[in-house]
Amino acid sequence: MKDKEFDPAISARSMVRRGVLIFGLQGIFVAGLAARMRFLQIDQADEYRLLAEENRINVRLVPPSRGLVYDREGLLIASNVQNYRAIIIREDVEDLESLLNNLQTLLKISDEKKQAIRKLVLKHSPFVPITVLNNLSWSNVAKISANAPVLHGLTADVGLNRHYPRGADYAHLLGYVGPVSDFDLKRRDDHDPLLKIPRFQIGKTGVEAKLESALRGNAGTKRIEVNAKGRVIRELSRQESSPGQSVQMTIDTGLQNFALARLGKKSASAVVMRVDNGDLLSMASSPSFDTNLFVEGISTNDYAALRDNEFRPLADKSVQGIYPPGSTFKMVIALAALDEGLIKPNEKIRCDGHIELADRKFHCWKRLGHEEITLTEALEQSCDVFFYDLALRVGIEKITRMAQRLGIGIKYNLPLSGVAKGLTPTKNWKLKTQGESWVLGDTLNVGIGQGYVLASPLQLAVMAARIASGKVVEPRIIKRINGVEQKISNQLKLDIDPNALGIIRSGMYEVSNGVKGTARKSKIAINEISMAAKTGTSQVRNITSKERETGVIPNEKLPYNRRDHALFVGFAPYSQPKYAIAVVVEHGGGGSKVAAPIARDIMLRALYEQIPPLDAYPEEQRAKIAKRFKNLKLNPVLKPNLNKGNA
Amino acid sequence: MSYLDYSVRRIPTGFQRLAYINLPIIVILITIAAIGFMMLFSVAGGSTEPWAKVQMTRFSIGFAMMLIIAFIPIWFWRNISGLAYFISLFLLLLVEFFGVSGMGAVRWLDLGFMRLQPSELVKVTVIMFLASYYDWLPRNKVSNVVWIIVPLLIILLPVFLVIRQPDLGTALLILLGGLSIMFIAGVSWFYFAISGLGILTFLFSIFYFRGTEFQFLKDYQYRRIDTFLDPASDPLGAGYHITQSKIALGSGGFSGRGFMQGTQSRLNFLPEKHTDFIFTTLAEEFGFIGGISLLGLYFLLIIFCGLVALACRDRYSGLVVSGITMTFFLYFAVNMAMVMGLAPVVGVPLPLVSYGGSAMFVLMVAFGIIQSADIHRAR
Repeated sequence: MKDKEFDPAISARSMVRRGVLIFGLQGIFVAGLAARMRFLQIDQADEYRLLAEENRINVRLVPPSRGLVYDREGLLIASNVQNYRAIIIREDVEDLESLLNNLQTLLKISDEKKQAIRKLVLKHSPFVPITVLNNLSWSNVAKISANAPVLHGLTADVGLNRHYPRGADYAHLLGYVGPVSDFDLKRRDDHDPLLKIPRFQIGKTGVEAKLESALRGNAGTKRIEVNAKGRVIRELSRQESSPGQSVQMTIDTGLQNFALARLGKKSASAVVMRVDNGDLLSMASSPSFDTNLFVEGISTNDYAALRDNEFRPLADKSVQGIYPPGSTFKMVIALAALDEGLIKPNEKIRCDGHIELADRKFHCWKRLGHEEITLTEALEQSCDVFFYDLALRVGIEKITRMAQRLGIGIKYNLPLSGVAKGLTPTKNWKLKTQGESWVLGDTLNVGIGQGYVLASPLQLAVMAARIASGKVVEPRIIKRINGVEQKISNQLKLDIDPNALGIIRSGMYEVSNGVKGTARKSKIAINEISMAAKTGTSQVRNITSKERETGVIPNEKLPYNRRDHALFVGFAPYSQPKYAIAVVVEHGGGGSKVAAPIARDIMLRALYEQIPPLDAYPEEQRAKIAKRFKNLKLNPVLKPNLNKGNA
Repeated sequence: MSYLDYSVRRIPTGFQRLAYINLPIIVILITIAAIGFMMLFSVAGGSTEPWAKVQMTRFSIGFAMMLIIAFIPIWFWRNISGLAYFISLFLLLLVEFFGVSGMGAVRWLDLGFMRLQPSELVKVTVIMFLASYYDWLPRNKVSNVVWIIVPLLIILLPVFLVIRQPDLGTALLILLGGLSIMFIAGVSWFYFAISGLGILTFLFSIFYFRGTEFQFLKDYQYRRIDTFLDPASDPLGAGYHITQSKIALGSGGFSGRGFMQGTQSRLNFLPEKHTDFIFTTLAEEFGFIGGISLLGLYFLLIIFCGLVALACRDRYSGLVVSGITMTFFLYFAVNMAMVMGLAPVVGVPLPLVSYGGSAMFVLMVAFGIIQSADIHRAR
């Protein structure tokens, strides 16, 4: 019987039977859907139409106010200001042409502006509210309100705009906000409905961009009743938006402003850092620009001027700029040699003005040589031959390792745009990227901070801080978010012999205070706060042997972009280090002549927390310094009502 | 079948096949897709950007894919069914690990040029695999317990993965599509009666365990069921979608407000007006006439596919066509029921009309297989 039942023909018939059964069920369901549609759209149509026409509920987003930003003293550096604007919803407009004409006669806008508004309005869907005029004066708002009957579809309302009270001081750190662009939407995987609000502002660069999620806040919603035209009848319920979190930076605005003013019109940067906890007190990159220009969209001309400027004002040179560290790298070589026991503290090396390697001459900056000198003397006088010799003894791999321990060639996790990693070369690196093998000449060049090694001013400051404190100091630029103190990295001890560090520090002390020190002309005259330092002059070009014979061309006679970079790193006070500093002046010339005086002024400003008194300078320089301070273009900080608590 | 049958019947080959394309199905497909373009154009406020244009491109590509698949013999598709199933299952697993999230769920794989939604793919491959399974299985074993566990595993594996995403609507579609094939293939009524009881028990326990730590569904899913049962309880909260979509539908009336004249769907009452809720726009702008026409078109499509299923001579073709037809039916039936307040809000798009790439491509592939079965049957 069973076999009979599974006859293929019977089975096929069963399949058809069951298929038809399912089809029947589907038919019944479709009939049900049709009946439901009839019920909703014919039987109850009037009821629903009434609901639709008279009681339409619309949900609108309430944008949050963006988190405020304070400096370390509690001074407001990014705020929100009210912005009166005019909004058009095309759906509500009866006649766009007459509306625009009325608007033109009322507010006296130009014909071009009128064209632009028409284009903007027609580009968007009819139900989207479009901001057509920004930053309206109060009298214009009043005019719009008073003439509402002839301006159907146009309303005035108030929004919040970002404002930077100290725009230029924080251009590179804080960055700026701007309207969301299509590019932003594509780039980020962010489905916050706020981004769809026309002209909603988000962070574009710097802290504003990197801490966007904390600063933005959460949207609220309001449910409003609208009439058939979409006009608001009343607000039904409102869920307030939650404002963005406040952020407090470690930067001291007064010092930052002073540093920028002191760098002046040079293409330069200066970084000041606390050696105990890594707080960055100032990170100046000059020239700077006013970020408020960007908030409402910068004009093409202004932008082109900034972009094409030879001194690259848009770049944050303190973290993005990477330079050959020149002689400031000699501490790395010395520490590597001491740490490996490859040189004794009193050991002398002879400098004849050059050494020869594979038929090539490597010169010391002093043609006649330094005779026999010790490590501290070599640091003081920045003898090149001495460090050629050390570099050869240590070898590139160990130099690189020491550089990284001191903070060079490491990408710091700071919420800033384009933080550079720098470069600490290895043999493998050269083989991989250049396709050539490492030669001893490369090691020699690295020995004086030239060749392949590259560091940012921030990294140089970290190096100085680590040498000064003997600890693994990590830079920190955000002090608090939403009132919560941000993590200070573990202050581990540097894994370097303390005696070796002591020798390096005393060598650096001599640089600034010794009779032959390269920075002796920029010493601090008060012993308690004297500085330990190292100058550096890094070449951007090769000096040919022919040029050496006829005499090296002085910097002033070279074209700007072929001149040497001037560098300076240091810390003070020597006896009890508080601050580390790094200054780099692009194509500025000699480190001791150009960078050292700037660094001294900024360091003294940090130590005194005000314009330094003239007593801190050697007597013969005081007149000149006084004149310089008088000419500084400072933007003084008015003491804030200290609201550190809620920062 | 007698020897005579074989000698008379033959299978079209070469360019002959062109003459055997099922034209009614193609005409209906194009008509429905065209309605979709119109609605996307209207929802965007009278613009082909950002949706209609992309959708047209996708439909054209899908259409070409359908034709290519149609001209490849159906036995080729039978032979790769298992492979297709396991590839799609693998992709579903990848979503689990590398998926891109959107709107609270992880459903997409980023392929660079497009975002693929493997759960859409699985809807068809499960059916293909089950059909080839029953084609292979001797018919006297169909109701044998062991041979029932296998197809259940084939269905439940992807269902489980899809539920985890979480995407209840798609999981339901896969489950029902698979079960319908088992039913048509001849699995005993007895099992369906038992599992019917089981489902009732399951539904009971879903609510029984609610609020305890064993609860099966996420809170938002419970809320959706609540508001489905009583949308008026929270018209501005969770019941918002259902209430608003009913208002939009109902206010369309008999003949609608006219093309591009819809206010309800336009004023941002509904967040997914270009995807799952697109039917509200159609029903508001073209009224009962428009809505019933689309429903009629869908039903007509089902009828023509059903006829193909009946005409098929081999078991695989019959099962795969029935299964795809069933899935297609579930797509529009669940979506419309949801929009009209007859089913809870689950994320199921309106087939060929809602904006979405994966669903469009997969549907066109599926219709390609139906065409292939129709073209390559013995005549």
